[in-house]
Amino acid sequence: MVTCINDALYPGTGQAVVTLLRRLGVDVEFPESQTCCAQPMVNTGYLDEAVPVVRNFVDTFAGYDAVVTPSGSCAGCARHQHSIVARRSGDAGLAAAVAETSPKVYELSEFLVDVLGVTDVGAYYPHTVTYHPTCHSLRMLGVGERPRQLLEKVRGITLLELEGADQCCGFGGTFAVKNADTSVAMGTDKARHVQDTGAEVLTAGDNSCLTHIGGLMTRQQSGVRSVHLAEILAATE
Amino acid sequence: MTGTFVGMPAFPKAAHEALGNAQLRHNLAHATGTIRAKRQRLVDEVNENSDWEELRLAGAGVKEAALRDLGTQLELLESTLTANGATVHWARDAAEANAIVASIAKGHGVDEVVKVKSMVTQEIGLNEALEAEGIAAWETDLAELIVQLGHDLPSHILVPAIHRNRSEIREIFLTEMGAVGRPAPDDLTDEPAVLAAAARAHLREKFLRAKVGVSGANFAVADTGTLVVVESEGNGRMCLTLPEVLISVVGIEKVVPTWDGLDPLLRLLPRSSTGERMNPYTSTWSGVTPGDGPQEVHVVLLDNGRTNALADEVGRQALRCIRCSACLNVCPVYERTGGHAYGSVYPGPIGAILNPLLKGPGSDEQVDSLPYASSLCGACFEVCPVLIDIPSVLVDLRAQVVDAHRGGVPKVEALAFKGAAVALSDSRKLAFGERFTKIGLRLARRVGASKWTSARDLPPAPRESFRTWWKRTDGGRR
Repeated sequence: MVTCINDALYPGTGQAVVTLLRRLGVDVEFPESQTCCAQPMVNTGYLDEAVPVVRNFVDTFAGYDAVVTPSGSCAGCARHQHSIVARRSGDAGLAAAVAETSPKVYELSEFLVDVLGVTDVGAYYPHTVTYHPTCHSLRMLGVGERPRQLLEKVRGITLLELEGADQCCGFGGTFAVKNADTSVAMGTDKARHVQDTGAEVLTAGDNSCLTHIGGLMTRQQSGVRSVHLAEILAATE
Repeated sequence: MTGTFVGMPAFPKAAHEALGNAQLRHNLAHATGTIRAKRQRLVDEVNENSDWEELRLAGAGVKEAALRDLGTQLELLESTLTANGATVHWARDAAEANAIVASIAKGHGVDEVVKVKSMVTQEIGLNEALEAEGIAAWETDLAELIVQLGHDLPSHILVPAIHRNRSEIREIFLTEMGAVGRPAPDDLTDEPAVLAAAARAHLREKFLRAKVGVSGANFAVADTGTLVVVESEGNGRMCLTLPEVLISVVGIEKVVPTWDGLDPLLRLLPRSSTGERMNPYTSTWSGVTPGDGPQEVHVVLLDNGRTNALADEVGRQALRCIRCSACLNVCPVYERTGGHAYGSVYPGPIGAILNPLLKGPGSDEQVDSLPYASSLCGACFEVCPVLIDIPSVLVDLRAQVVDAHRGGVPKVEALAFKGAAVALSDSRKLAFGERFTKIGLRLARRVGASKWTSARDLPPAPRESFRTWWKRTDGGRR
């Protein structure tokens, strides 16, 4: 699952996942009927509107061994919230289909470390990088140290510690516009911590959070690039 | 004389004002950061010898046991309290509770009462109700005193005056104390010990004079008929022991079935709230003890929306809350906006769920804005000592807010999500839409999306979408 944001705005992240997984010997498919995980609807309270989107999700991914996505929050939605939407629909068939697909959805670092059992993915990335653990991968999925383990094995990389790393960047989906002022206040602190590391690159497992922090940083002419974790892991000499 | 939360604007507007308050931002970041670190040290310490997670489970279990069987537990509490010589009153709502307290106070012919720090009496607006009856209610908790003297509102569950600094407090004491009792000395400095001494002298006069004390309770033990108040200053204990008459207003969710049930809760509460192993003062009283302490003890058991919350399948877990404020101290939203923005005595993540649960989603714009006052980062759930899954309750309440407004003229947002549901349930429609990403982003930069672009750039549009690339290159194979 490439996710709707990556499909429309960050095709490079999806391409990196394809490159990386193929390099590790995985047979990758992109079922073209996929759209969105329905998280924007669920987290804004539009459960009825989420039903057809979740239905499309389970129809699309029913036959696969694993659904890999470069997003902690989309994986979190599929694993923990699709059942809520199915319950709302009152459709037992949808509930059963969700129970079937949900456990097969993996955030990229989980799939690499837990399913493929690799931490050294053969990447080369000669840059100074700081890593922001996004909230949903950290707390909803519990990916823990996996992204860091992967980054530590990247050749040429210099990893710098981010102060207050586990505090939310303030994106929060529609929170970023419904409570734009608070969201920006949170993001400004995050961007400042990123700046303080002196890194050239900020990375994370979610492009939504990176759009927010990166959008603040480019507005501030900070000179720090945001790059999705998958793109670092896919990079080679 | 204290302010009131009535008529507060919806969260985004209130937050906007708070975010511009540099003193507030500085105090909050400092205070919440300090308490967070203290709490974490104690959780680590518990984990050295036993298991914090087990303690959380035990605490949640005690509260859950009471809530699952609330009717029986409350009747048991009533009978044990009565057997211990207390008088039990039942109040459906704020008005009933206030009337009960006022009538007891008037029955004793008093024109003032002293109060233990109590959120439930803030919830029901007791001070204002008593004032209307000609009875002054003196807050005796140091921070509540600062709030009251400053004609202000509390902004934190545990540290109600967190938004004030010491020079502001000195100013408040100098200008306000004299009007309501013993004035602050003329040579008052902003040294914390000097300020505390002035408050002590001011309050001591009131403690010794008052005939009626008013409190809340942290816990109400059903099997022994015992109320429990935990505090740090000892001012609470003065209120609980010196007056002849003691009236305690207690939310019905405060009941715990047995005395033993206090064990995990009294270990969880101070560690989660002040970051201490034990709070300095734990007062317990079981009705009347002849010749010792108040000889007339009243307990007002208050519903005020709690049975509504109990009926909410997802939200009822919020009634487990022991008001420790750990969720406030870790919340990145609260840390920046402070408590006033939530428009309630219950601020922060717990307030964002408790207020809508008590008042009902859809009741007004302010209440409806609260479930959205969160980025759903989940830090609150991680620290909650009684395992309240606040993010899940927030998401459920958002659905209730949306549902409450279905049927009328749809808002722009509702139309947008209906449109999105259509587009996102069919990839062909989505693919069609994506052909306009570049135009959409350009349009967003020019006109719309000002809430995003006021401070953040939008990303540049890619040359093609992922699905176009996949099709064009046969998944990168061409």
